[in-house]
Amino acid sequence: MSEIVAPGEHTVGEGAAQDQEKLAELAGRVLATAKRMGADSGETAVSRSQGFSVSVRMGEVETIEHNRDKSLVVTVYFGRKTGSASTSDFNAEAIEDSVRAACTIAKYTAVDDCAGLADADRMATEIRDLDIDHPWELTVEQAIDMAHECEDAARSFDNRISNSEGATVFTHRGTEVYANTHGFAGGTSGTRHSVSCAVIGEQDNVMQRDYWYTSNRDFHELESAAAVGRSAASRTIRRLGARRVKTTQCPVIYEAPVAASLLSHFVSAVRGSAIYRKASFLLDRLGEPVFADDITLSEYPHLPKATGSANYDGEGVATQTRDIVQAGILNNYVLESYSARKLGLETTGNAGGVRNLCIRPGKLGLEDMIREMGTGLLVTELIGAGVNNVTGDYSRGVAGFWIEGGRIQHPVEEVTIAGNLKDMFKRIVEVGADVDTRGNYRSGSILLDRLTVAGD
Amino acid sequence: MSQILELAQSKIWEPTGLSQPDLDKLFSKLGGRDVDYADIYFQYARQEAWSLEEGKVKSGSHSIDQGVGIRAVSGEKTGFAYSDELGLPALVQAAGAARAIAAQGQDKSVNLSPRAGREFPMLYSTTDPLTTMPDEDKVRLLERAEKDARRRDPRVSEVMASLVSVHDVVLVAGHDGRLVADIRPMVRLNISVIVVDGERREQGSAGGGGRYGLDYFSEDRIREYAHEAVRQALVNLEAADAPAGTMTVVLGPGWPGVLLHEAIGHGLEGDFNRKGTSAFSGRIGEKVATEQCTVVDDGTLPNRRGSLSVDDEGTQTQQTILIENGVLRGYMQDTHNARLMGAEPTGNGRRESYAHLPMPRMTNTYMLAGQYDPGEILSSVDKGIYAVNFSGGQVDITSGKFVFSASEAYMVEGGRVTRPVRGAMLIGNGPDVLTRVSMVGNDLELDTGVGTCGKDGQQVPVGVGQPTMRIDGLTVGGVEV
Repeated sequence: MSEIVAPGEHTVGEGAAQDQEKLAELAGRVLATAKRMGADSGETAVSRSQGFSVSVRMGEVETIEHNRDKSLVVTVYFGRKTGSASTSDFNAEAIEDSVRAACTIAKYTAVDDCAGLADADRMATEIRDLDIDHPWELTVEQAIDMAHECEDAARSFDNRISNSEGATVFTHRGTEVYANTHGFAGGTSGTRHSVSCAVIGEQDNVMQRDYWYTSNRDFHELESAAAVGRSAASRTIRRLGARRVKTTQCPVIYEAPVAASLLSHFVSAVRGSAIYRKASFLLDRLGEPVFADDITLSEYPHLPKATGSANYDGEGVATQTRDIVQAGILNNYVLESYSARKLGLETTGNAGGVRNLCIRPGKLGLEDMIREMGTGLLVTELIGAGVNNVTGDYSRGVAGFWIEGGRIQHPVEEVTIAGNLKDMFKRIVEVGADVDTRGNYRSGSILLDRLTVAGD
Repeated sequence: MSQILELAQSKIWEPTGLSQPDLDKLFSKLGGRDVDYADIYFQYARQEAWSLEEGKVKSGSHSIDQGVGIRAVSGEKTGFAYSDELGLPALVQAAGAARAIAAQGQDKSVNLSPRAGREFPMLYSTTDPLTTMPDEDKVRLLERAEKDARRRDPRVSEVMASLVSVHDVVLVAGHDGRLVADIRPMVRLNISVIVVDGERREQGSAGGGGRYGLDYFSEDRIREYAHEAVRQALVNLEAADAPAGTMTVVLGPGWPGVLLHEAIGHGLEGDFNRKGTSAFSGRIGEKVATEQCTVVDDGTLPNRRGSLSVDDEGTQTQQTILIENGVLRGYMQDTHNARLMGAEPTGNGRRESYAHLPMPRMTNTYMLAGQYDPGEILSSVDKGIYAVNFSGGQVDITSGKFVFSASEAYMVEGGRVTRPVRGAMLIGNGPDVLTRVSMVGNDLELDTGVGTCGKDGQQVPVGVGQPTMRIDGLTVGGVEV
């Protein structure tokens, strides 16, 4: 058995190593049970997490929530037949029942030649320190103080801030062990901390709301609570007085926090399951240009402290740094072993999705991009999921700002933007240097040379 | 004691040896002079899912989730902790954490007497739906759906189908002495297809379900879903670009009621109105729709996906009038917000699971039938859009701006439905969209049982419905200028 030790365990002290050991032992028992019940092979993921959040609203504590979760998922294979089960109960009897349920299901599922564990020679062997485990010795009282500081900064920012949805401080730590009957067992512990705030502004009896948040695996890297509050307030204030614009076609800038959504639409279209089901607008486009020719999209699964960082994927396969799109050309799909087998390809180590997908940033900041655009729409919020993954048709509700002469003229609301993603990806003319690093998809602001805006 | 309560206790308490005196102990731990309200929510849920693609049922899964959520409320403050262990020590610990919200006081002794004979009309069967069909028949059901879809048209290239059943047992104890149980079944069948014609490919999907056993999916019903999914996909093969701009929109009956859910429903949930953050805050008694519009939220419809015999706080559900002949009448409440607003709970306190706090949520939200024949409504439109299917929606509660995404729509020209157009987002302003409803049809329909609503990260099943409706001016987010 290749034992994998969690990154950062030495600095964490109590908890991580022991947790992982206990979960690994449990995982071993699950796999042994599956074997005993006749399974040819199997895999399991066992996890435990805990944390808490506090919210303060209008200067008073609103909620204190303590979270504590655990879960066990097991998949068994009888030849090429599959069954899976999960439970939140770790008692011996419950685990026995769950494995049995998975085995029962496998009796009824069809023989599927592509089913099974990932190939043994693809299991991760190199384990880097990803620096993702930073437990925060935060007391509830300290969290309350931070939330107060955050909300106070927002509410005192401008006298048009009239109401608040509150400020929330959240800290969380999870440990997961994945093991399979190849003898692979890996353990990971990671933390996530955040401070967020949403406030409401009022002008001429019309209310607007906006928010801001900071989120990181290391609490030292969080923005200050007051800065989060001020950003939430200024983002709300700038929306006051919003109105519609006339229906038109014009350039559109997606501000960095919403630009990442374009990357997620891309991933949905190149995911193996969408390709082999022929449910993608990027079907059969391997090796062809799918983006403007200066666009590169890369996956960096080993970035220190990053949201999506991992040494191995959901099947134990080593993750790899790679360019998925290079100079606009689609190099490869996003595959786990099942869809790879369906397509006659190799897994790309993406069971569970892409990890830290980045669109290569350009040199301009958002203000420069606004100047470059001249006239058009700056989008700061998207609502509604109007994306057709089969055709690429795209239509979403937006709020943002109308730009003329390279400057913001007024806030905009109750309009939509529409196009087709196949075409939109090629219309990207600028990617900003203002990369939002909070999430698993990392993008600067993105300028498209034309979309349809529907309004009056 | 009611039969449901006995069943729930034997499912949840018996295996861990919990009993009524233990609850009293927990409540005395939870109660203090500053605690206005406390409750303990026990849940045992099991779910099974089967899915088919490429003509084969390739995978199935089974899951069990059980635990307890403990809440203590003091004024506007809420303390909450949960545990997926049901033993008394874990519960005592969770109770301590939840109670920390209130200033420390003396433990208060509480006598929790079950309300003998407190019966609720049962809106669904207590039978575990997972057991209502042998496993091999579940597999056959999906295979049948696949065949039905392929037989409908040779252009069908892919068929995916899934079958989900859930057995959910809940037990709510309140410090006011309430002890209420509910046993909730849920089944859902979904069929989606991809059709190919030359270079074009399109998708369509259909399905339904509700609080039934799996026998709800009769051969006829399966065929109906399969044909509907294929029909939608074929329509979209022919669709041209949708127009962009503000125009007359006619919405078909049933699922397009997602408009009401987004534009009206969320804005009338008690929490947003207590906090004054909704575009509808403080507007009870005002005219927000034309006189033809009466909108209700109704959790009492037997077997509907959004229905509950009692909500997740043990309050019996009801029909709540939201808008009556155009006038805003009421909000949907849970106990917490009702108490703070001096209102009565309306049976809308819902939570995704024991690990989530309850909040005001919709059940089945729909508009009552009007007087017009649907054909008459369409023939009244000179130029506009007729949208009959949607994939979902979203709303900004504070500004009132909402969207909902049409997945099947047509142009209406000279009073006639002429040609299909591609999917497009529709966007409007909740507080005034219903003031432009000029005709309400006599063909009220509820959806087939497919809706799931997300709020603050919590997902709950809901229903919507409406008759055909004409709106004079709504923005259509197409590409064609």
